[in-house]
Amino acid sequence: MHSQHKVISKRRLSDEVYKMVIEAPLVARERKAGQFVIVQYDEDYAERIPLTIADADLEAGTVTLVFQTVGASTHKLATKEPGDGIVLLGPLGNPTHIEKFGWAVCVGGGIGLAPLHPIVKALKAAGNRVTVISGARTKDLLVMQEEMSAAADENILVTDDGSAGRKALVTEPLKELCTLSPSPDIVVAIGPPIMMKFCAETTRPFGVKTLASLNTIMIDGTGMCGGCRVSVGGETKFVCVDGPEFDAHQVDWAQMMTRLGAYKAIEKAHHDKCHMEMEIQEKIDAEKEGAK
Amino acid sequence: MVGAGPAGLTCAVDVRREGHEVTIFEAFHKAGGVMVYGIPEFRLPKALVADEAGVLESMGVRFEMNYLVGRTRKLLALLKDDGYDAVFIGTGAGLPKFMDIPGENLVGVFSANEYLTRANLMKAYDRVRAATPIYPSERVAVLGGGNVAMDAARMALRLGAEEVRVLYRRTREEMPARAEEVVHAMEEGIIFDFLRSPTKVLGDDSGRVAALEVQSFELGLPDASGRRRPMAVRGSEEIIPFDTVIVAVGNESNPLISRTTPELNVDKWGHILVDEKQKTSMDLVYAGGDIVLGAATVILAMGEGRRAAQAINEVVQ
Repeated sequence: MHSQHKVISKRRLSDEVYKMVIEAPLVARERKAGQFVIVQYDEDYAERIPLTIADADLEAGTVTLVFQTVGASTHKLATKEPGDGIVLLGPLGNPTHIEKFGWAVCVGGGIGLAPLHPIVKALKAAGNRVTVISGARTKDLLVMQEEMSAAADENILVTDDGSAGRKALVTEPLKELCTLSPSPDIVVAIGPPIMMKFCAETTRPFGVKTLASLNTIMIDGTGMCGGCRVSVGGETKFVCVDGPEFDAHQVDWAQMMTRLGAYKAIEKAHHDKCHMEMEIQEKIDAEKEGAK
Repeated sequence: MVGAGPAGLTCAVDVRREGHEVTIFEAFHKAGGVMVYGIPEFRLPKALVADEAGVLESMGVRFEMNYLVGRTRKLLALLKDDGYDAVFIGTGAGLPKFMDIPGENLVGVFSANEYLTRANLMKAYDRVRAATPIYPSERVAVLGGGNVAMDAARMALRLGAEEVRVLYRRTREEMPARAEEVVHAMEEGIIFDFLRSPTKVLGDDSGRVAALEVQSFELGLPDASGRRRPMAVRGSEEIIPFDTVIVAVGNESNPLISRTTPELNVDKWGHILVDEKQKTSMDLVYAGGDIVLGAATVILAMGEGRRAAQAINEVVQ
């Protein structure tokens, strides 16, 4: 049965962030900004995890994924090497609605910058002026910066610890931009839920339309399980077939974050175990290197 | 063939036997559709399903796994660009229905689809090896009276729940589940609360399920389906503690293919409309199984796959 996709390259962008290029010509051809894929590191016991597409190369027939090792599955995914196979399904979800809005502000937090990049490119190509706000905890986690600066009209950097750009949260420059006249025509926010929530709260008083891309728990990603459901404007929506982008002012963030934490205790136990195993492996590898 | 479930596999065999080249496109990483994600191992061993798929492979049927027609490739592109002479859509049931009561998005409320897919396809029963977690449950409420409700209840018991109750707003007589499944569930210790249905899910401070508010019903006059209509008994609400709620009240149809294939006619529920030969509103496109019937059975789906294969074999020479 033809099923696996080949890993073409892997790069460790920082301690916990990996960039992986995967051979998937059909996905590369069909994907549009805002869509995601489901990946599994193997077919037997692996979990299905949704990851947004950071980039695609039509000619090479590849898609690029950027992910952070947060649980057992992302850790195992990170152990894949070029030539290895993985399961990949997509592109899933609805593409971002792209048109000429005028001035678009795109806010990316941490690895949320990766899926934001194709949206920035698409908005720019549609004739928008695009301002990016790139935020992360620390300098190391500010990914895709070269690509972002190349794609956008301006790129405002902020870090929590001040190790790059302004020492601020993304909401500070976002608020400043909203107070300008004219204010932004649209804001797109991708990052941790708490960041997207506060972006929504920042833009709400200014009445600036704000989209957020939700990364909920999913099994199939095709509308079958309903695990990804969220309340949007009081209605239950499925992120996989109705999203992944929604009006950030309408999302019930508290409920979404509670649902994301459904398996937190189990995941933490896995994560700690994986980290231990990874560190042991790294030590073994280092000692082998040393012995040579 | 779009979908490697009972309808698609059956259709594939019959078309292949006529000597045609056949490719099955499947969104999941395993063939079998509901037979691998929905129906539990204790009712249908997954090795049998894998063997059947192996038979098809040895007949020369090609499987393209992790391929979602509509997204990975548009249905029309298969016919126009990829050289396929006919397409059979057997994508199965889709979006799970919920009760539409307050509290259904609390942590601990699952569709039967999600609960069973975690347990079956993702092997969450194997807590050591499987990466997909299953929710730790002690007191489980299963809402619904069909075969899927029976599967979910029996699975929850096997996964370690102390008490599993099936809440159904009619009586045993009206249950859509096969009598045999109900008997098995009862034998295993599943408790049946007939004439009862929840009005809301109550949560604790951390947003997790803590209880159901349950209402009693009595049967009135027969409704359009011929079954006696359940009537709520006023003032009968009571609170019953549960930590897990599994909703098994059926599925709506998956909108993926119809949304990405505007030429395809569907009814108001999104089921694909077909004629007596399983042909859709599009030439050379056939459909069968749950995407046409709504929630039916494996056997009915196989029947539709077989009928579609006959039609395809007549048209494709």
